[in-house]
Amino acid sequence: MRRLNLYALTFRLPIIVWQALFFIGPLIFVVAMSFFVVKNYRMVETFELESWAKMVSRDYVWSAYRYTILMAGGAAALATLLAFPAAWFLAFRCSARTRQAAILLLIIPFFTSYLVRTFSWYTLLAEAGVLNGALGVLGLGPYKLLNTAIGTLTGYLTLVLPLVVILQTVTMANIDARLIQAARNLGCSPARTIWTVILPAGKTGFVIAALFAFILCFGDFVAPFYLGGSNPPTLPILIIDTTKAGQQWPRAAVVAVMMMLTLFTIAFAAIMFAYRKRASR
Amino acid sequence: MSDTKFVQTKRTFLKTGLASVALTTPFVNRAWAQTVELTMLGWYGTAEPDMVGAFEEANNVKFVPKYYAGGDNMLAALAQNPPGTFDIIHTDAEYAKLLVANDLVMELDPNAYAFDDLLHDDFKSFAGHWDAGGKLYSLITRFGHLGVSYNKDVLTAEEAASYDIYWDKRLTGKVGHFDWHLPSLGQMSLLMGNASPFDIGTDAWKAVQEKTLSLKPQVGGYFDFGGTFSGLKNGEMLAMVGIGDWVTGILERDGTPVASVVPKEGGIQWTESYSIAKTSTKTDLALKYLAYTMSPEGQVKTAQMLGYPGHAVTKAGRALLNEVDAAEAQRSHQVNGDPQDPITLINEGRISYRDIPVQQSLEDWNDFWSEYKNS
Repeated sequence: MRRLNLYALTFRLPIIVWQALFFIGPLIFVVAMSFFVVKNYRMVETFELESWAKMVSRDYVWSAYRYTILMAGGAAALATLLAFPAAWFLAFRCSARTRQAAILLLIIPFFTSYLVRTFSWYTLLAEAGVLNGALGVLGLGPYKLLNTAIGTLTGYLTLVLPLVVILQTVTMANIDARLIQAARNLGCSPARTIWTVILPAGKTGFVIAALFAFILCFGDFVAPFYLGGSNPPTLPILIIDTTKAGQQWPRAAVVAVMMMLTLFTIAFAAIMFAYRKRASR
Repeated sequence: MSDTKFVQTKRTFLKTGLASVALTTPFVNRAWAQTVELTMLGWYGTAEPDMVGAFEEANNVKFVPKYYAGGDNMLAALAQNPPGTFDIIHTDAEYAKLLVANDLVMELDPNAYAFDDLLHDDFKSFAGHWDAGGKLYSLITRFGHLGVSYNKDVLTAEEAASYDIYWDKRLTGKVGHFDWHLPSLGQMSLLMGNASPFDIGTDAWKAVQEKTLSLKPQVGGYFDFGGTFSGLKNGEMLAMVGIGDWVTGILERDGTPVASVVPKEGGIQWTESYSIAKTSTKTDLALKYLAYTMSPEGQVKTAQMLGYPGHAVTKAGRALLNEVDAAEAQRSHQVNGDPQDPITLINEGRISYRDIPVQQSLEDWNDFWSEYKNS
């Protein structure tokens, strides 16, 4: 029988306790809450399927669900594509000192509140704003950017793009440069080198970066509310609306559980894909 | 020049410190002992210094605000906090009746207030403020009208004088909604010709829903307080459904070219009142504050409130407002003889009092609102 290793437990216990207190506990509570009911604006602890029946039978819930997945998925894909050239440059084309400075600069936006960064887009994206002003000089526009899907995507990218660049940079910086040199020496074009060497070698990092982007966007309330004008609402906005309308916390909990199940499924699939070994031929 | 140096030894420091504490303690204690806290549950701005500062100073009281937006949240705050948490409740008239129905507020003595001085007879027996037995529970304090709020650079007051303007091609993607179903759907109901916009049958309710859904292509967004202000201020929204002078009045004061008008189909009145929680232990002071809000000075403060402006409900309050702040009185048409005088609009039958749905449940309206936002 294995003896209990107290030394190892000392280091493992805090994270176990932390997860139990602040993740598993609240998770169980949210699931339980989805079966409660509200009477006279007060939650009654019971086990009824009323909130589930109500929410899953409403078209607008599924409409918000599809839109949220589309927008979060789109933002994750866009962030992955936009981040790649920058990360490639930082990983392969600049000095270590420049890379360190760039990563520091990418971290600095996180020093400011995300809400403040989002509001600053008002000045830039408004029809009388800086961007439309610049386009106007070229005889273009004005274009409606605020309170649109473009506004929401802009907010999402504000949140996740620096993070995706950092994760991709670290991923590529850890790829053995000799593999890339060998590919080029053997006549691979830059595009084929990316496709056959860099992407497979850094697959885990790229997928994890995209997954983080998806998770953060999927649960974000600020961008679709303030830059997208809630038009149409995403699931986090639906949660807020539901709690405001008659204090229906159990119905909001149903939406939260739907979101968590979706994230678990997507995260599980993404991680399986990221760590799957390529079959030997 | 003196060469005396100020030398602070540990002993002199301690002596001075102890002496200071000994001398000031009685005053501090007395101040603490006499300052009473009154907790107010209200819309934003109602317990700010511009509203309650003078009363606080005169009565050595400190207001502790708990703000909410929307009557549902007010009821939830009452349900979810222990009894005795709140002393004064500031609420919309349509939710005041729910406070009475749930036995949450104490009875008031109508003889303690100048009901004869109210600007309109409807205010004397306002629905929801009195119970069926004629007992008073809620004291009217201010009101305002909701109509078409618009950008003056794009629309004229004549063009904005009908809710049909929301469907104008110039406003495509530029019509905003204040994100609350009652005022927006109430306006749609007025447009459909319902004399009592919140008391409508099944067919009329269906027609209101269809008309509202037809507005969707025009809609640029659904906004909270902040979004409503910035949307109108930066010109992203050229018209806003569900608001009135309580928003555009603030922006107008800052020079933004916006205004509100009560259209030909009629406007909706929001009416605010004060009640005292049945569980309050400071009812004497709370009653004193309610009396203050009905005084001419209190009425002027309520009309000028920085959070959002409203109209005075008493003749003496209006008279004093015209005397001390004629500009605000004129801007908000609180001048006898003004064709847009809110009292004149009520007398002409152009105003409906905002209510909760009578023939449908609040949940029905909430559900449709969510459906509309996602359509």
